[in-house]
Amino acid sequence: MSKATHSPLRSIAAHAILLTYTVIALFPVFVIIINSFKSKKAIFGAPLSLPLGDAFSLIGYETVFKRGDFLLYFQNSLMVTVASLVLVLLFGAMAAFALSEYRFRLNTLTGLYLALGIMIPIRLGTVAILQLMVASGLVNTLWALILVYTAQGLPLSIFILSEFMRTVSDDLKNAGRIDGMSEYRIFFRLVLPLVRPAMATVAVFTMIPIWNDLWFPLILAPSEATKTVTLGAQMFIGQFQTDWNGVLSALALAILPVLILYLIFSRQLIRGITSGAVK
Amino acid sequence: MATVDIAPVKKPFRWHILVFLAPAALIYTAVMIFPLISTLYQAFFSQKWEFVGFGNFMQLFTDPRLSASFWNALINNVWFFIIHMLVQNPIGILLAALLSNPRLRLRGFYRTVFFIPTILSFVIVGFVWKLILSPTWGVTSGLLKSVGLGWLFQPWLGKEEYALTTLALISNWQFIGIPMMLIYAALLSIPDEVLEAAECDGITGWSQFWKIQLPLVLPAIGIVSILTFVGNFNAFDLVYAAQGAQAGPNFSTDLLGTLLYRTFFGYQLQLGDRAMGSTVAAVMFLIILAGVCVYLFGIQTRLRRYQF
Amino acid sequence: MTLTKHLLAATATMAIVSAVAPAFAEDVNLTIESWRTDDLTVWQDKIIPAFEAANPGIKVTFAPTAPTEYNAALNAKLEGGSAGDIITCRPFDASLELYNKGYLAALNDLPGMENFSPVAKAAWSTDDQATTFCVPMGAVIHGFFYNKDAFAKVGITQPPATVDEFFADLDKIKADGTYIPLAMGTNDQWEAATMGYQNIGPNYWKGEEGRLALIAGKEKLTDPQWVEPYAQLAKWKPYLGDGFEAQTYSDSQNLFTLGRAAIYPTGSWEIAGFEANATFALGVFPPPVPKAGDQCYISDHTDIGIGMNAKSANPDAAKKFLSWVASPEFGTIFANALPGFFPLSSGEVKLEDPIAQEFVSWRAKCKSTIRSTYAILSRGTPNLENETWNASVQVIKGAETPEAAGARLQAGLDSWYKPAGK
Repeated sequence: MSKATHSPLRSIAAHAILLTYTVIALFPVFVIIINSFKSKKAIFGAPLSLPLGDAFSLIGYETVFKRGDFLLYFQNSLMVTVASLVLVLLFGAMAAFALSEYRFRLNTLTGLYLALGIMIPIRLGTVAILQLMVASGLVNTLWALILVYTAQGLPLSIFILSEFMRTVSDDLKNAGRIDGMSEYRIFFRLVLPLVRPAMATVAVFTMIPIWNDLWFPLILAPSEATKTVTLGAQMFIGQFQTDWNGVLSALALAILPVLILYLIFSRQLIRGITSGAVK
Repeated sequence: MATVDIAPVKKPFRWHILVFLAPAALIYTAVMIFPLISTLYQAFFSQKWEFVGFGNFMQLFTDPRLSASFWNALINNVWFFIIHMLVQNPIGILLAALLSNPRLRLRGFYRTVFFIPTILSFVIVGFVWKLILSPTWGVTSGLLKSVGLGWLFQPWLGKEEYALTTLALISNWQFIGIPMMLIYAALLSIPDEVLEAAECDGITGWSQFWKIQLPLVLPAIGIVSILTFVGNFNAFDLVYAAQGAQAGPNFSTDLLGTLLYRTFFGYQLQLGDRAMGSTVAAVMFLIILAGVCVYLFGIQTRLRRYQF
Repeated sequence: MTLTKHLLAATATMAIVSAVAPAFAEDVNLTIESWRTDDLTVWQDKIIPAFEAANPGIKVTFAPTAPTEYNAALNAKLEGGSAGDIITCRPFDASLELYNKGYLAALNDLPGMENFSPVAKAAWSTDDQATTFCVPMGAVIHGFFYNKDAFAKVGITQPPATVDEFFADLDKIKADGTYIPLAMGTNDQWEAATMGYQNIGPNYWKGEEGRLALIAGKEKLTDPQWVEPYAQLAKWKPYLGDGFEAQTYSDSQNLFTLGRAAIYPTGSWEIAGFEANATFALGVFPPPVPKAGDQCYISDHTDIGIGMNAKSANPDAAKKFLSWVASPEFGTIFANALPGFFPLSSGEVKLEDPIAQEFVSWRAKCKSTIRSTYAILSRGTPNLENETWNASVQVIKGAETPEAAGARLQAGLDSWYKPAGK
């Protein structure tokens, strides 16, 4: 480690900027959380007041746990998200490795083909996807969602991962080849650990739209047994009467699992970086 | 640089390439590309499936109403993108740069906090910002008044001249975690030796950032830019959650994504028009493809990449 | 990566769990598609138990979709073949389209259909009225809610009957300053069109007379009777709350129920919500007429019907259910569980809610009509109903004159609609 040449002034300035942005980032989140603990009257009567005294109410959370099996919805969301992530990361990294490592005919074209998916909203293929799922008997199973989200997540993960894989040293890989490692071993043992930060990044980007998606759960798996949290929360949004207590509580709760996943991945990110530095 | 061709001159078929590519390519083709193609080729047919060639495209660009909506959405979309490039990405880079200082305390805390908005679902983001900016419940007007700036307040989301910019800034707030994280990952992968060498040469602080770190993370900034571009030109959910599919006031927040949704799926009493919807989707696709090609062939190939 | 291993294990577990899905089915299960998330508890607690008690062997699930997604989601599910057995029907063209595509079954011979008048069935019948494909369920009546306490405070003794009285009262409320005179915003757009234009309009275009003349091409949106309602809306602007441009529909509801606004232009569908949330005495009045003694017209809009998925696997059970929906028994449960959605069957249904009774009493003195843009005129692009949303907002904001709005809408309509015989 180099000797510190930083001035306390600079560090104060850095913290000042970061704290300012912390306030900006958290203020709306704070508004969401406090209001999820308030009665409807108090939400709109005084949106910024703390949930104290009369304003305090657990009605939103009560609604969430009374109307609908949110525990199950959470479990569904989590299973779909995690399973899709595994498939996206594994298959995405493999494809990205092939594209960035080997020169073969049609390489660029394959890369472009695999990137097309980030340019068209998959939602447009809804009817054909639904027909596919009906034909294969996957409607109202979590697998329908996992397959769609995997397909949807692959283009971006390949795009980002192949960029990061280009920065992995060739010497290292060639050294592995000279040692007689197979291409598969080189990928799994040498390359994957080195791009761990990028994998974690891709994991985070992939999981958020999956977790928050409303459309495909609505179309492909709307049954009670396969509902996701976001879809479950939709039942509080009515044509004329929206139960904002229910919506706020359900969606405030829905932040937690993703936040935990994020923390897990962001630890991978740091660990990957430190282990990369020791190589 | 990755110029060493490791493949010997004559080699049997390299099965491993196929093995690496196959799972992704299969799922992606079956569940995404095939359904999209089987839907979007209706761009060349009428609603009743008569072949019309480029008729729908002609109609999109010559029909006064359709073309006006299209250009309006496109221009709005460009502005939406510009704001992201000017506000979201620079701030994201700045935050990442500050966070990448290994001596900074509370790094993990900041990093998590800045990412929380990105986690939120659009429903809740739309709700909370509408609540905060609402002229009715007085959150923002009260805050502004308390610092003597009450006159600044406007019902931004309801005014044609401000609504789009306001939404773009909300979107910046929501997604700043993405550029921050990508740049942060890139900054952290710069080996300490490089920075130490710079420090030995007396390059520290901001000049170190400008002269050493920034050039090294240019590829990551390139990715961030192209992802922003693709994301913005597909954006739909935030406008839909905050302003509805009619993208009010008076279509001033209409993006290509909302226009596409209204055309393809219909809205309220308007029935969906698959043929015209597919046409709009095809045009959007071409716009995004053009942008991505500029990046892939114009920028990406020229960026210098350093292997560590 | 140990993480990957855990994730893989989780995936494998899930595969096993999902493979062992319950596979016993003796009862017939019917699923109802609906946009009425608002009514979930009513269906679960009142309507479905009543049906299931009378019809053992049939289980019913009410599976609503958020209203803004309903049309798109339903269409996709019908096309993909995974939609429920029972379909809640939007009025007019949206459902007609579904029938024409063969997704909705014809219900002409459904027992119970005889309980409905042709007017009630019109919203879910083919243009020649030969085939009906949904059982009419409910209508909503437009009008104005007011805060009785607020009226008392500013010294208004009686709700306004004429337009002049209406504006005089608004002035009084504004002068008093305690209340926002009118709770309405333009952010969500439909508020201005549905609760503004379609609410007061029938008094000017004379209800059905004008509506049918417009369809026949004998009247135009540029005629005074169609422009005047816009001119009236434009006059509402000074009485709306600050920043009404960004005020959403639920903001308006909350403004009114929190007692901060005096008058709320809306419809009978708010009865239940307002009665539950308002802490003051509620009153209602029909849209004021232009001159004292004028015939009054109300928008009594057939808004919700219920039909059968033509590809339902359980058509017999589904028809049984629909027959029951057509019966007075259902009508009574529905109307009293959801005051403000008035049953359309000709049979007597006793309403218990006083405000609902008040709304229904207008049918005796005023002539009923439906929203002018719903039947036939919103079949093409540009869509007249959706354009009316935009025009109403623009006119209220003062961004477009009433005449310009009328001209724009007529031009849009002319671009695709040719009245029969012209």
